[in-house]
Amino acid sequence: MLCQECGKRPASLHFSKIVNGDKSEYHLCEACAREKGELIPGTSGGFSIHNLLSGLLNFETVEQGKRAESPENLRCEVCGMTYSQFSKLGRFGCSSCYKYFNDRLDPLFKRVHGSTVHTGKVPVRVGGAIRTKRQIDDLKRRLQDSIDHEEFEAAAQLRDQIRELERQISE
Amino acid sequence: MSAIRFTEQPLSHWMKTTGAESEIVISSRVRIARNLKQHPFPLLATNRHLEEVQDELKEVLDDPRFQVYGEIHPIELSGLDELNKKMLVEKHLISPNLANESRNGAVFISDDESLSIMVNEEDHLRIQCLYPGFQLKEAWEKATAVDDIFEDHVNFAFDDKRGYLTSCPTNVGTGLRASVMMHLPALVLTQQINRILSAVSQIGLTVRGIYGEGSEAMGNLFQISNQITLGQSEAEIIDNLRSVVLQIIGHEKAARERLIQESRLRVTDRVMRSFGILSHAAMIDSKEAAQRLSDVRLGVDLGLIEGLTPQCLNELMVLTQPGFLYNSYDGSVEPGEMDMYRARLIREKLGKV
Ligand SMILES: [Zn+2]
Ligand SMILES: [Zn+2]
Repeated sequence: MLCQECGKRPASLHFSKIVNGDKSEYHLCEACAREKGELIPGTSGGFSIHNLLSGLLNFETVEQGKRAESPENLRCEVCGMTYSQFSKLGRFGCSSCYKYFNDRLDPLFKRVHGSTVHTGKVPVRVGGAIRTKRQIDDLKRRLQDSIDHEEFEAAAQLRDQIRELERQISE
Repeated sequence: MSAIRFTEQPLSHWMKTTGAESEIVISSRVRIARNLKQHPFPLLATNRHLEEVQDELKEVLDDPRFQVYGEIHPIELSGLDELNKKMLVEKHLISPNLANESRNGAVFISDDESLSIMVNEEDHLRIQCLYPGFQLKEAWEKATAVDDIFEDHVNFAFDDKRGYLTSCPTNVGTGLRASVMMHLPALVLTQQINRILSAVSQIGLTVRGIYGEGSEAMGNLFQISNQITLGQSEAEIIDNLRSVVLQIIGHEKAARERLIQESRLRVTDRVMRSFGILSHAAMIDSKEAAQRLSDVRLGVDLGLIEGLTPQCLNELMVLTQPGFLYNSYDGSVEPGEMDMYRARLIREKLGKV
């Protein structure tokens, strides 16, 4: 496959971006990717994911700036990073930035991850209840999966595990 | 503790063994990013904060549960010269970012080098497990077990809705980046590679070639990793990547079989020519060396070349990089002489066959 930009060099970078739930594909040679400032997570050298994020964030600022609160006033009160600094750097200053910029993060996370809510591991000390709920959600997914694959013995076991955990929560 | 023990030998302990599907999968890597709640992320942290982060995390190493991983060696980056940093990067034990840009950076490396824990990189803590062959699950299980130990001692930045909070929005949630390095010469030779890679990139995974000094993918090596860290559980991320890698392995195997059946003579010729050039060249640049080594590796896998092990080729992959090359000849390499020394080193290694 040739680079979709120059059509000359072979495309060596392949990635997709999710914009408002729509996926677009990119096939670029490294030279064109660098020129376009496109980036891929984990690449080093001239590439930086932060430039890409910065593009997304600034785009959003222009689009929604009029009706939303002016982002210049948004500031993390713990580390002092402003929203506009964040949108230039593409990186948070501290864990509280997530709280202060919260209202503006959903669109960003939707674009980058296609999702806004964590469903994975939970630290033990954060609390048993969330952890157990997550566990139940996970078991339910596996239960559906076993039913889809007609693995009924495994499904029965998973169902029992779910009941047991639900009992623990209600106590 | 110096880094010398980790840079004096090109092969990590794990590279001397082979893992599952090692004819196609070179290595499996899992990295999880974590931050301490009470400190700003490294980008904005003061040196004082970063020192405290380093101290807090280093103390955790005293937890007896670490003993199952053998001795863990803490190394401060400030105590290393540029060459040793470069060599640790070439062995994938630290990231270029930690080597070049970190303040108060450190790395804790296990005896067998399969576990390396980076401190004050882009995030306060990055736990990395690197295994030979296709061992994603094993790598994840070890990384999460190490994470559990740290979690018992320090408060991680975690949010009910967003999960583990990271410096970069692309890592938030699980903080998990899982990647598999694959050698796919037959898919490249049969020109199926781009179709497969573009399919892969449509399902939330990223593929990149392994780049050398030039801009083209070198040595038919490709790294496939998850792009999404939020909204999928760790198990889903690992399973998703695993199943895609399994499919690519299937395609590569089929392509190799077809090559042998339909063009045995041409493949043999290509492989033996590359072997001949590597054994006799007086100068070779890194790009050609990577391509020729890929051909020879394919030849070994297909049984066309005997007496050469995949380990020897792994060793050459590391040794022919600039830092190790420079070190092999005691620093007598001038910038313009790299190609000559690279050729010499390869000749010497292959000459023993
Ligand atoms: Zn191009
Ligand atoms: Zn902040």
